[in-house]
Amino acid sequence: MDFELNKTQLLQRELFRKFAEEEVKPLAKEMDEAEELNPELIEKMKKLGFFGIPFGREYGGEGQDYISYALCMEEISKADASSGVTISVHTSLYCGGVNEFGTEEQKQAFLRPCVDGTSVGCFGLTEPGAGSDAAGVQTKAKKEGDHYVINGSKIFTTNGGFADYTLLFALTNPELGTKGMSAFVVPLHAEGVDISANIERCGIRAASNVVIAYENVVVPEFNRIGKEGEGFKIAMTCLNGGRIGIAAQAVGIAQGAIDETIKYVKERKQFGKPIAAFQNTQFQLAEMQTKVDAARLLVWRAAATKNAHGNYISQAAMAKMFASDVACQVTRECVQLMGGYGYCREYPVERMYRDAKITEIYEGTSEVMKIVVSGGMKLK
Amino acid sequence: MKIVVCIKQVPDTTEVRLDPKTNNLIRDGVPSIINPDDKAGIEAALRLREANEGATVTVVSMGPPQADVALREALAMGADEAILISGREFGGADTLATGTTIAGALKKIGYDIIITGRQAIDGDTAQVGPQIAEQLGLPQVGYAEDIRIEGEYAIVKRQYDDCYHIIKVKMPCLITALSQLAEPRYMTVHGIADAYAKEIKVLGYEDLKDMYAEGTIGRTGSPTNVAESFTKQAKAKGTLLTGLTVDEAVQAIVDKLDERHLI
Amino acid sequence: MAKNVFVVVEQRNGAIQKVSLELIGEAKRLAPQFADDEKVVAILLGDKIADKASLLFEGGADEVLCVEDPMLGTYVTEPYTKTIVNIIKTYEPNVVLFGATTIGRDLAPRVAGRVGTGLTADCTGLSVDPETKLFRMTRPAFGGNIMATILIKEKRPQMATVRPGVMKMGEKCDASGKTATMVPSVLEPSDMNVEILEIIPKDTKSVDITEAKVLVSGGRAVGGPEGYNPLRELAAVLGGEVSSSRIGVDNGWIEKDRQVGQTGKTVRPQLYMACGISGAIQHLAGMENSDFIIAINKDATCPMMQLADLGVEGDIKKIIPKLTEAVTKLKESRVVDK
Repeated sequence: MDFELNKTQLLQRELFRKFAEEEVKPLAKEMDEAEELNPELIEKMKKLGFFGIPFGREYGGEGQDYISYALCMEEISKADASSGVTISVHTSLYCGGVNEFGTEEQKQAFLRPCVDGTSVGCFGLTEPGAGSDAAGVQTKAKKEGDHYVINGSKIFTTNGGFADYTLLFALTNPELGTKGMSAFVVPLHAEGVDISANIERCGIRAASNVVIAYENVVVPEFNRIGKEGEGFKIAMTCLNGGRIGIAAQAVGIAQGAIDETIKYVKERKQFGKPIAAFQNTQFQLAEMQTKVDAARLLVWRAAATKNAHGNYISQAAMAKMFASDVACQVTRECVQLMGGYGYCREYPVERMYRDAKITEIYEGTSEVMKIVVSGGMKLK
Repeated sequence: MKIVVCIKQVPDTTEVRLDPKTNNLIRDGVPSIINPDDKAGIEAALRLREANEGATVTVVSMGPPQADVALREALAMGADEAILISGREFGGADTLATGTTIAGALKKIGYDIIITGRQAIDGDTAQVGPQIAEQLGLPQVGYAEDIRIEGEYAIVKRQYDDCYHIIKVKMPCLITALSQLAEPRYMTVHGIADAYAKEIKVLGYEDLKDMYAEGTIGRTGSPTNVAESFTKQAKAKGTLLTGLTVDEAVQAIVDKLDERHLI
Repeated sequence: MAKNVFVVVEQRNGAIQKVSLELIGEAKRLAPQFADDEKVVAILLGDKIADKASLLFEGGADEVLCVEDPMLGTYVTEPYTKTIVNIIKTYEPNVVLFGATTIGRDLAPRVAGRVGTGLTADCTGLSVDPETKLFRMTRPAFGGNIMATILIKEKRPQMATVRPGVMKMGEKCDASGKTATMVPSVLEPSDMNVEILEIIPKDTKSVDITEAKVLVSGGRAVGGPEGYNPLRELAAVLGGEVSSSRIGVDNGWIEKDRQVGQTGKTVRPQLYMACGISGAIQHLAGMENSDFIIAINKDATCPMMQLADLGVEGDIKKIIPKLTEAVTKLKESRVVDK
C-alpha cells in the first residue's frame, strides 16, 4: 500500500497549484461578483490539458488517470470552486459518459473536440420535477426515421451557458419509466435549443448554471449514446464518477479556507499576540486539517479504485458525503476564526463558505450518498 | 540550430524564513524551483525554436541528482533533451570552477547559441554565465529582453539602466536572460507524463575529465572560500520621535537618510 | 608582488558614475590597512576621457591609469575585458574593485575568468584581516537572508563587485597638478565582436513599484489626488517612486498599480517612507520586509509608527515639502559628474 503520489503526479500537482495560484486566485473574487467565469481563464486551462485529463491520447486527451484529475480538481478549487466545477462537469459527466459508452466513431465525433481543448460539454439530467428522483424525467425523444425529436426542459445545467455539447437524458419509451430513458449528445447550437440566463445562486456564482429548453430539437440517431433504454444506467455511471471530482472539489475548498486562515491568524494580533498563538486556534486548525486529510484519502482511494476498474461506487459516495460535510464545517469554522474579517468580502473565506454548501447537494445530495453507501452494506 | 539553455535548481528564496529564536535559516520544506531568470531562458529558447525551423532545445543543469526534477520541468515545458552534469568531483565549486565545469560539458554537447539566466536567486552572483562564455571564448550579451535570429547572427535587445541596446552578435554566442525576457509557459498535463518517460543523460566526472586542466574544477579549482556566513541580525526596535518641531523632524529624517546612504 | 587597490571606473556617455567615487572612497579607507604604501589606482577607460581624471583625484585616487580608444567609448564586453586584463597583467594589483552595476557585473566575471582569479559578487561590506592581510568581502546571499564573508587566499588580484550606494565617498581631495598616466590601447578591430545597432531610451511612463529602490507612500492623510504631488517631488529627489495605501486607490486619487498591500503589490525597497499611513494589517503585509522604514504620522501610537525603523510624529503636509528642500540641498553639496 502506497500513500505517496508518484513523481509524475507530484509535478502535475505542482502545475495545478502554480496555475491556480497565479491565474485563478487573482480572478476568483471578481468572477464571483460578476457571476461569470473569465473566458480567457477557461481557454488557458483548456490549452494546458485541464479539460481532458483522464482521456486517451488517441482522442486528443492527456492520457492520465483519475488521481491526476482529482489533484487538478483540488488545486483549482482551492483557488476557485466555480472554476473547479466547470472542469468536473465537463470531465466526469459529459466526457466520462461519452468515453465509457460511446462507439469509436462517436468518441471521435463527440469526445475528441471536448478533450483536445476545443469545446466544452455539459450534462442534462435534472429537471424541475426530477432532482434526487431521476426517474421523474419528463423530457421525451421521439424516434422519427433516422433521427429523434426532443422536447422538454432541463434545469441547473452547469456549463450550459457556454458549452458546445450536452449529454442529454430523455425518454424514448415513456411507458417504461427509467428503463425507457436514453442518452443523446445534443449540440447546443442546434435549432430549438433555448438557453436561459444564469440562475442566481448562493455560491459557486461564477459557474454557468442555466435552464435549457428543447423544443422539437432534431438529433440524428448517430448521437444516441448506448442503446435505447440504457440512459438511466449511463446517467448513474456518470454521476458515480462525477462524485470523485466533486469530493476533490470539496477537499480543495476546505484546504483553501485553511490556508487562508493560517495566513490570517499569524498576522492578526488580539490581546497582545497573534491569534495563532491561542490554543483554541491551534486546536481548531489541527482538527480541521485532520478532517481534510481524511477526506483527501477517501478521494484518492476512490480514484485509485476507478483507475484499477474496481467497484468504486460506494467509495466515491463515501468520499463525496464526507468531503462535502468537511468542506461546510471547515469553511464555517474558518470564518469564525477570522471573525468580522472572515465575514467580509475582502477575504476569500467568505466566498468559500458560500461555495462549500453546494457540494452537499449536487451530483447526488448527502442523503442520496447515504442510500448508495448503505445499499452496498447488504442491510436488507 | 542547437540552442542550449543552462538552468539551476534553487530553493525558492521567497519562501525562506528565519527561525525567530535562533535567527537561523529554515531550509526545511522550502520548495525547489527552476531559477526564474533561467526559466525565462527556457521560454526564450522554445520561442526561438518555434520561429526557426529545425532548431532544437537542450537543457543542461549542473547539480546533485535531485536537480532531475528541474530538468523534467523543462522537458514538460517542451525542451527536446535534458542533460545533468553531476559528480562528487564537481562539488564545492565557486563561480569560476562552475563556469569551467559547465563550459567543458558544453564543448562535448555542442551548441550554436547558449542561453543562461542572468543570476540565480540563491547565490545572486550573476557570474556563471559570463564565466562560461569566457571559458568557451564566446561573445556574450547580457540582460537580454528580446532575442531573434537573422542568418548566422543573433539580434538581442539588452537592458541597461536607462536605455536598451540593440546588439548584433555572430553565433555561436552566449546570452544571459532576464526574467522579463519571456513569461515562461506552463507545463502541460501530458507534457509532464512525457517528461518522465524520457531519459535524462547524466554526464559525470569520468565522461568529462578530459575537458579540464589539472585543478580547475570543484573545490580545488575555486579561488574563493567562504570564511564565514551568518544571518542578518534580527531587526532592532525602531526609534520613535515625538513632539519635534517641523525643522527638527526634517533634520532627523535627513540625518537618517544620509546615514543609510539614501541621498 | 601584487600591490595596490585598483578601482575600475564606470563612465556612461563620458560621465563618471557615482559608484566609482564611492569605490575610490572605500579603497582609500582600505589601502593603508593592507600596507602603509598601498595606493588607490583608478582605471579609466573611454574615448577622449583623460580630462575626467581630475574628478577621480578629487575623489581620492592616488593614481589614474587611462586608456583611450574609440572602441572604449560605449561599454562592450570584449574590448573592456581585454584592456583591463592587460592592465592587471602589467601592474599586478592586489585588489580590483568594480561597481556591481549592469556593466560591472557583465565585465568583472569575464576579467576574473581570463585572469583565473576569484571574484566576489555584489559586496556590501569590505575589510582587511589585520593578521593575514587578506581582503574580507562580505555579501548577502539567499535572497538577502544570509551574509557570507569571502576570502581569496592564493590567487591575485582579489576581485569584487560592490553594490552601489553602500560605500561612502571620501572627503574631497586636492587634485591640482595631478594628471592621468596614459596606457596605450592594445585593442584590434577584431576585438569588437558585437555590433551595437541602436540605443533606445527607456519608456519611463510605466512604473513597477516592486522594482523601485525608494518608495514614498501616501495614506489617508494625503487627502486627495493633489496631495500626492509633494510626495512625488520627494520621491524624485530620492530617486524613487510614489506608492499608496488602499485608501488612495479606492478613492481614485492614484493608479491601482501603485497600491501596496495584500490586495496590491508586495514591495521590498531599500527605503519605504510611509506618509500618513496608519498601517492596517493588509497594508503591512505588503511592505513589512522593506530594508528601512520611515513613518511620518500625527498619531504616534498607530501600528505603522511601531513597525518603522524611524517614526516621526508630525504633519506630512508640513514636513514633506521641507524635507524635499533639505534633501535637494544636501545632494547639491556632493561631488558628482554633472
